[in-house]
Amino acid sequence: MDAHAASPPDNAPDLWHYGHDGNDPMAMKTLGFWLYMISDALIFGGIFAAYGVLDQPMGFYTGPTAAQIVHPGAAFLQTITILSSVLAYSLATVAMKTGNKNGVMLGIAASILLALMFLGLELNDFATLFAQHATPQTSGFLSVFFLLIATHGLHMIFGVLWMLVMLIQVPRFGLNTDVVTRLLNLRLFWQFQASVWVCVYIFVYLRGAS
Amino acid sequence: MFVHLQGPWSPLFGRLTLDSIPYGNPIIQFAFAVTVLGGLAAVGPMLYYRKTGYIFREWLTTVDHKKIGVMYIIFGLVMMFRGFFDGFMIRTQQVMADGPNSPGILEAQHGYLPPSHFDQIYSSHGTLMILFAVTPILTGLGNIIVPLQIGARDMAFPTMNAISLYLTIVGGMLIMASLFIGDFSQAGWVGLIPLTELDFSPSAGVDYWMWAIQISSIGTTLNAINIITTIIGMRAPGMRWDRLPIFTWTTLSTSIIGLTAFPILGVALALLGADRYLGTHFYTAGLGGNLMLYTDLFWIWGHPEVYFLVLPAFGILSEVIPTFSEKPLFGYITMVAATFAIAGISWAVWLHHFFTMGAGPWVNSFFSVATMLVGIPTGVKVFNWILTMYRGRITYTTPMLWSVSALILLLVGGLTGVMLANPAINYTVHNSVFVVAHFHCMVLLIAFTIFAAIIYWFPKIFGFMLDEKSGLRFFQTFTIGTTLTFTAMFALGFMGETRRLDYLFNPQWQPLLIVEEIGIAFYCLSVFYFAKLFYMSIRDRALNKAGPDPWGTARTLEWLTHSPVPFYNFAVTPRVHQLDELAWRKSQGIDHEMPDHYEDIHMPRNTIVPLAIGVFAFAFGFGMVWRIWWMAGFGLLAIIATVIFRSFTPDHGYIITAEDIARMEGRPPSGIVNDTHAPLPAMEEKVTP
Repeated sequence: MDAHAASPPDNAPDLWHYGHDGNDPMAMKTLGFWLYMISDALIFGGIFAAYGVLDQPMGFYTGPTAAQIVHPGAAFLQTITILSSVLAYSLATVAMKTGNKNGVMLGIAASILLALMFLGLELNDFATLFAQHATPQTSGFLSVFFLLIATHGLHMIFGVLWMLVMLIQVPRFGLNTDVVTRLLNLRLFWQFQASVWVCVYIFVYLRGAS
Repeated sequence: MFVHLQGPWSPLFGRLTLDSIPYGNPIIQFAFAVTVLGGLAAVGPMLYYRKTGYIFREWLTTVDHKKIGVMYIIFGLVMMFRGFFDGFMIRTQQVMADGPNSPGILEAQHGYLPPSHFDQIYSSHGTLMILFAVTPILTGLGNIIVPLQIGARDMAFPTMNAISLYLTIVGGMLIMASLFIGDFSQAGWVGLIPLTELDFSPSAGVDYWMWAIQISSIGTTLNAINIITTIIGMRAPGMRWDRLPIFTWTTLSTSIIGLTAFPILGVALALLGADRYLGTHFYTAGLGGNLMLYTDLFWIWGHPEVYFLVLPAFGILSEVIPTFSEKPLFGYITMVAATFAIAGISWAVWLHHFFTMGAGPWVNSFFSVATMLVGIPTGVKVFNWILTMYRGRITYTTPMLWSVSALILLLVGGLTGVMLANPAINYTVHNSVFVVAHFHCMVLLIAFTIFAAIIYWFPKIFGFMLDEKSGLRFFQTFTIGTTLTFTAMFALGFMGETRRLDYLFNPQWQPLLIVEEIGIAFYCLSVFYFAKLFYMSIRDRALNKAGPDPWGTARTLEWLTHSPVPFYNFAVTPRVHQLDELAWRKSQGIDHEMPDHYEDIHMPRNTIVPLAIGVFAFAFGFGMVWRIWWMAGFGLLAIIATVIFRSFTPDHGYIITAEDIARMEGRPPSGIVNDTHAPLPAMEEKVTP
């Protein structure tokens, strides 16, 4: 092919794109975070599958069965606190829409408080089980029982850490693009953890007690 | 401490003692000498030419997707060399230790390796080749090529891209450390359960294996997120889904597999870690554990991982074959459909790795049929490539030779794969080296396409062509080695040789074992020619300068910009009008059209954060392996602190002004080796808020 097509054709096509490249950083980060949440969902999916395998007579060994250790009533209180925490956080994002920084901070603070209550109840539950010598080392079933709930709890702790960071960043940077992106993705993260807890509640507590 | 450890433990050094270092072993001494020499060969010139500052500023802290990709590939090639050396040691041991009268040297009764050492070598061979050689090289290729093919400036998350690289490298470094400090897993690369439990593998070897994979697979998951976001969000105007190059399609499908499969591996290994560190009973043989739980979880990841590797290889074939056949790819839409069909089916075939577990005829039938189904889209692909070559103007450059040979390997590996998919046959040859030969054909097909890709895209990144003559010798020796080694191995499998034997009881296998060893000798020769390939090419680089489209018949967008690619990729983002945009522009005679003016470009700034996270991740991994809790805790907390610190120091990159671009476009392109990222004064001032 001749190297120098010096004069372009008459109806020269538009070969180059000028101006903004059209990439919205907020949309990209949100898409990336959704993808991360998929991988997180698969982590829980894998652990739920392991729970399904080990929640069998073979898995109980000489340890207790699910029916002997779960208390759906007490766990219902946990469900209420985690859902209230999500509600509080959602109120924070409502305040964000109107640019009300104090409202955002208040919502996050309330959300942290409720999350800590949830974690406290969970630790109390664990302590009770440990006192009854139902530890993760007892049987395959108890191993996966503790691991499933502790993995969720670990996610909650990370969420609380993230919220504490946002409590500093909101007053410091204001509601700029970075901060708003983080707040929105944190909402996704937080609602996902609540959804996982609902699955845990149904799969472990309600199904286990019946 | 939740578990009973054999041997001493101290708070300061964990399980690490002076006895952990096998300095008395001559094989380890040799490996250490090679590693030190290799390290000196890399670091020595850097110090001699006073390039440490340059390496640090322009490479170790870079966020440029091309440099990160190049580092991925160099890391993968180094690991591939070590994996090859492991393979060489395995073959040599087997040829020496055949029959009751075979002699033994060093500490071995037969051959030269005692069983415990041999077991470590085949475990590290598999782990290295799959997770630290082929995976990083393909990830690196995706990193380099995908943004160029879709006309993007960089990846969606440049800093996270560098973090992925360092997490992968940390995994490789842990395996390297296991060579000299402590030992490696003796339970195979798949981690045979319950052998990996603390009771049966009390040393730190399994911990090395576990944490190396765990840390690097986090990197792979992050990279998958990055690639998917980039392809969805950063395509140039006009790059519609039906114009996406096939390599980008396959990288997208592979990343979807990576994103969804690697978390399962994380779970499988985390449960094993809980068993080894906390004394739980997920996989223990008693106390309510379930052995098959591990095997299932591992292969639920493991089989998609196979397609995670092979799909980009198919993408490479789909780029190389049309270029050297001077024809568009036959059946673009069927190629995309076949890619996603394979990716989808990959989730429903994992049980064929253990038909013999005895899950019953219905389960085995389901997975058998599902496995055979993979043959259909793969067949579509093979016919597409053949029909692309049909009546094409084929030039047998080395990338094309690698690609055509890869098709033959795909045929052999694929047909034996369909045989193995039949449970009745599978019961007969299960765990024999027939299976080993089958999957080596498949993985070597990937290696063949990797070499095709490296030679094919090398001029694009470095601005000069690789030497075709030594490239041809490299291809010939490598292909002869492959043929000899694995043809003999198929036969040995049928004769009843099982996998992972440090001693072979049947002297009648000797002739075929010698054929395999000759094959390995050809591989050794090919390593020499590989080195010569780069030596000759770099020496004669001034004679082999490459233009934007050095092969002359390339079709996709990455060949539109300069070779070597400037750090901003495209001076002005191109508009895309057709599938195979460059081929279309050539047909219109406008492929040499340049933009008439330039605009400011926004670029991300280099950062030390990824390197720091890598160092902390190594501290975490090493601390966990040796149970040095303070070190592991420090590493973990430091990573969290670094991420938080980073979120408080917003960095919105810098601007390259239109005048600077005009100046850089005016002079001959210098590329990624010489380009300096250090912002010019004009850039520093115009930082956007």
